[in-house]
Amino acid sequence: MVEIITPVLLLMLTFFAFSLAFWFYGISKSRPIISSLLHPLVTAPILVSAVLLLINIDYSDYRKANQPLFFLLGTATVALAIPLHQQFHHIRNLTKPLLLTLLFGASVAVITALFIAWVLGATPETLISVAPKSVTTPIALGIAEKINGEPGLTAGIVVFTGVIGAVFGPLLFRWLGISDDRIKGFVLGICAHGVGTARAFEVSGKCGAFSSLGLGLTGAITAMILPWIIIYAFK
Amino acid sequence: MLKGLLALLLFQGIGEATSHYTGLPIPGPVIGMILLFLYLQLSSREISIGLGDAAHFMIRWLSLMFVPACVGFFFLTKIPANQWLPVIGVIVISTLITMIITTLLMKYLMARPKLLKPKAEQ
Repeated sequence: MVEIITPVLLLMLTFFAFSLAFWFYGISKSRPIISSLLHPLVTAPILVSAVLLLINIDYSDYRKANQPLFFLLGTATVALAIPLHQQFHHIRNLTKPLLLTLLFGASVAVITALFIAWVLGATPETLISVAPKSVTTPIALGIAEKINGEPGLTAGIVVFTGVIGAVFGPLLFRWLGISDDRIKGFVLGICAHGVGTARAFEVSGKCGAFSSLGLGLTGAITAMILPWIIIYAFK
Repeated sequence: MLKGLLALLLFQGIGEATSHYTGLPIPGPVIGMILLFLYLQLSSREISIGLGDAAHFMIRWLSLMFVPACVGFFFLTKIPANQWLPVIGVIVISTLITMIITTLLMKYLMARPKLLKPKAEQ
């Protein structure tokens, strides 16, 4: 009996934790700094993890039970085409600044990651696993496989990068005095992939569209150039 | 909205198949997104209300769909004890540096009218 209802309960756990986190986020909205740090992407996973540890359930069981959400993540990615299409007239005029920012941003992400990892005493295995960190998870896993990184480690690092970007991005924009949704969105997409894009859509549709664009382009470009950087760096 | 969801699933399927059979390193859903975008751009018709609603619904709950993946970070057992500092340090420092640099670069580039609308000037 318990084996039969466990998957349903574990899927319900995600929805329950998210609803609670979302409600909590809602009441903290009046204080922007605190509310950024209490984003449901931070609080909901902590809540779920705490419950899993408490009732002693393996992550692999939880993951299996939540497979429908992993699948819908793919469907939601496809859905990003619609805001991209609707906002394309904003994007077309900005081809040059966007491409320059993208190329530079994607390179800086990889180079700073490798450099800081090296300074902090990372082993070559860790170095390779952190390199694709700012790319959306499925692409990063593909890259990690190609450059012989550790897929589980890469997946965790990618997700954590997205959360850090989505949480601190809005605070950085306030600090740097950025009010342009196009800049906020594109930077969130480049640096924090899908998680950042989820956050960008909370700002505005335009912000989300620019983030979707940044997410798609960064993924494609990093997938193409990173294997070469790695081959060169470890020659 | 059902027709819209069906269209999203159709493009997800086409994307998965394309990714699988061409061996591209780009995941299926991202290819599906690109193909759907190209289709919308090339067909001059308006987006149907159903498709708009379906997309809006999916995107609204994007954060929820990331929760199971985020939970995985707390269960990473493959990191050796001496590698936690580099891993956390890299994620936090490099992400913040990259965000600051790209934000300032894009702000600088957007403030230069020469770079905007290159075609309109010719």
